[in-house]
Amino acid sequence: MITLEARNITKSYASHTALDDVSIEVPEKSIFGLLGPNGAGKTTLIRIINMIAVKDVGEIWLNGKPMQPSDAAHIGYLPEERGLYKKMKVGEQAVYLARLKGMSHHDAKTKLRWWFEKFEIGGWWNKKVEDLSKGMQQKIQFIVTVLHDPRLLIFDEPFSGFDPINVNLLKTEILRLREEGATVIFSTHNMASVEEICDRITLINQSKNILSGDIHQIKQSFKTHTYQIRYQAPRNLLLPANKFEVVNDMKKGDYQEAQIKILTNDTANVLLQQVMQQAEILGFNELLPSLNDIFISEVGNNNGL
Amino acid sequence: MNKILLIIQREYLTRVRKKSFIIMTIVGPLLMAAMIILPAFLAKWSENTDRKVAVLDETGWFFEKFKNEDHLSFYYVFGDFDKEKEEALSKRGDLLLFIPLPELNVPVSAELYANKQAGLNVTSYIKSVMKQTVENKKLLASGIDPDIIKSSKVDINLVNIKVDEAGIEKKSNTEVEVGLSIFAGLMIYFFIFMFGAQVLKGVIEEKSNRIVEVIISSVKPFQLMTGKIVGIAMVGLTQFLLWIILTLIIVGMVQLFFMGSDMASMQLPEAQAGLLNPATQSEGSNPMMIVTDILGSINLPVMAISFILYFLGGYLMYASLFAAIGGAVDNDADTQQFMFPVSIPLIFAVAMSGVIVNQPDSTLAIWMSMIPFTSPITMIMRIPFGVPFWELGLSLLLLVVGFTLTTWMAGKIYKTGILMYGKKITYRTLWTWLSAR
Repeated sequence: MITLEARNITKSYASHTALDDVSIEVPEKSIFGLLGPNGAGKTTLIRIINMIAVKDVGEIWLNGKPMQPSDAAHIGYLPEERGLYKKMKVGEQAVYLARLKGMSHHDAKTKLRWWFEKFEIGGWWNKKVEDLSKGMQQKIQFIVTVLHDPRLLIFDEPFSGFDPINVNLLKTEILRLREEGATVIFSTHNMASVEEICDRITLINQSKNILSGDIHQIKQSFKTHTYQIRYQAPRNLLLPANKFEVVNDMKKGDYQEAQIKILTNDTANVLLQQVMQQAEILGFNELLPSLNDIFISEVGNNNGL
Repeated sequence: MNKILLIIQREYLTRVRKKSFIIMTIVGPLLMAAMIILPAFLAKWSENTDRKVAVLDETGWFFEKFKNEDHLSFYYVFGDFDKEKEEALSKRGDLLLFIPLPELNVPVSAELYANKQAGLNVTSYIKSVMKQTVENKKLLASGIDPDIIKSSKVDINLVNIKVDEAGIEKKSNTEVEVGLSIFAGLMIYFFIFMFGAQVLKGVIEEKSNRIVEVIISSVKPFQLMTGKIVGIAMVGLTQFLLWIILTLIIVGMVQLFFMGSDMASMQLPEAQAGLLNPATQSEGSNPMMIVTDILGSINLPVMAISFILYFLGGYLMYASLFAAIGGAVDNDADTQQFMFPVSIPLIFAVAMSGVIVNQPDSTLAIWMSMIPFTSPITMIMRIPFGVPFWELGLSLLLLVVGFTLTTWMAGKIYKTGILMYGKKITYRTLWTWLSAR
């Protein structure tokens, strides 16, 4: 089942087109990556989904129905530009933001207590926000985003400004929320940060959708039949140049590591047979392109580089 | 709707709980009460000290002319100047009035010696007695009986009577009206800026804190803006109400505990009251009566209700413009650039106050009290002089139309502006936002 579908969204500002016929499909309980360089139009699309910006053309469907203003209560949105009232107390502020989402005062308080316990920040309730560190404030922002049990979570550049420990904490929580039935959208230009947790991605560049699909299929379709072999041998590998290209072969401590591209339709077995005759194999694996590689090659092509 | 109430509640509570609000609420009435009480208190206090004046009159003209007053008594000495001066000042702490014998002329100068500066009531009494005495002598020397002059004196009492359209005549007292008019106009000006600035500050705070996008994912930008404006308006009304109540309480308490119940019937010396307020000399010098007088000559309920309505209307008019500015700009320098043109009508209205109070029914005054940008100040200045109800109604109606329009315009600029960072805003950009769908 598709949770969120954006169909042919176009949005123009006075001086430029922010989105040009962009469509995305986010299946239920998936983690979806909306990727693209800065200025590609990601934030505009996210704002349109959150009904903060108005689209010129296109439709947004949520759970099989055109989106209504009341649906905002089912979305948890962590914007890229995020902050809190500095002079307000943490607990009071969190309750206020939760009530704006439509929660009752009592529910908001109970749930907040639970989350504060979980993140071990119970003592912050009566502190002013300005007395907290940036990382602490981000924890609060995360809690406020997910507090009302939204079915759809949207994070715009979620990990910018987080330290690695908090990034892990957040990833764990997001995966747990997905287990509990939430659908998650990440918008980011930092591919490495979402590569391991995204199921599907859409790549946007210069206002256009240039690549969409299941992350494993995309990686497969972009693979270059390159393999990495670790071995021990008295000398470097010697392979027929018409069948294999040695991209790299160098000594690493007491073993050698080589990246070899198969140029024909041969399988990896053929390569292994060749190597086995010359060396003792310690490790072998296929090298799939990282999202970053795909991104750079696609965006580069797209920009005519 | 429920969400707007939440926003109003937050805006209201965070401000009312602030230290600065509480301090302002307490200090305001103290100042007001001081303004009402202090003059009367000082007058009473200075009058309470008994002073004795030794009169050394070399001319002999003024013997027995100085009469004892409530807290002022005179006695006559005839010794040597140095000796009498020393005795009066050192031994008894009295004053010495020395009237030297003039060589040629009538005595027109005298010297008053004292350890402590003699009060205004003492000096003015002495002066008036000496003047009277010398004048009488001169008149007698010219063969004129001073009593004839006295009996020929009249007091002209000019009463301004305003006749309205229904032919009803009303006594009016221009000085009081001018005072009230300018005071009310300045207060409106001050309050619009004070609370308008809070709106501006609040919007800029939300934008620079980056919390605004979090909030407008739950509520519409227009709701956030109007919620803030209404919340702050309620802060303003709360402050007024507390000021009025506290001022009345403080004045009442001071009357009761410190001055006794006789304060209301207290008399200022004639000469002093005359100096302070020549206009009221003929009506008696009781300070409380002056106040009563002010209250009596003006339609206070109309004035009070109008003050609240014009404060609210003017505030809504300008607060929404300030909110738009706060939403559009990123930094203080840009704020100044847009604040100035927006403030010009208000400043103009205050600058014209002299013209308005001189001719409250002139064409200029009527136009300025109709145009919503100036009407909150100009109309409140005209009301003490009497304004027909249809003019008041029309002006209020135009003000409502005015702030509806500015709020609508401000909403459009605000909604686009709050999500823009690091962009230099020009009037052209604002126009694009305004004309966007």
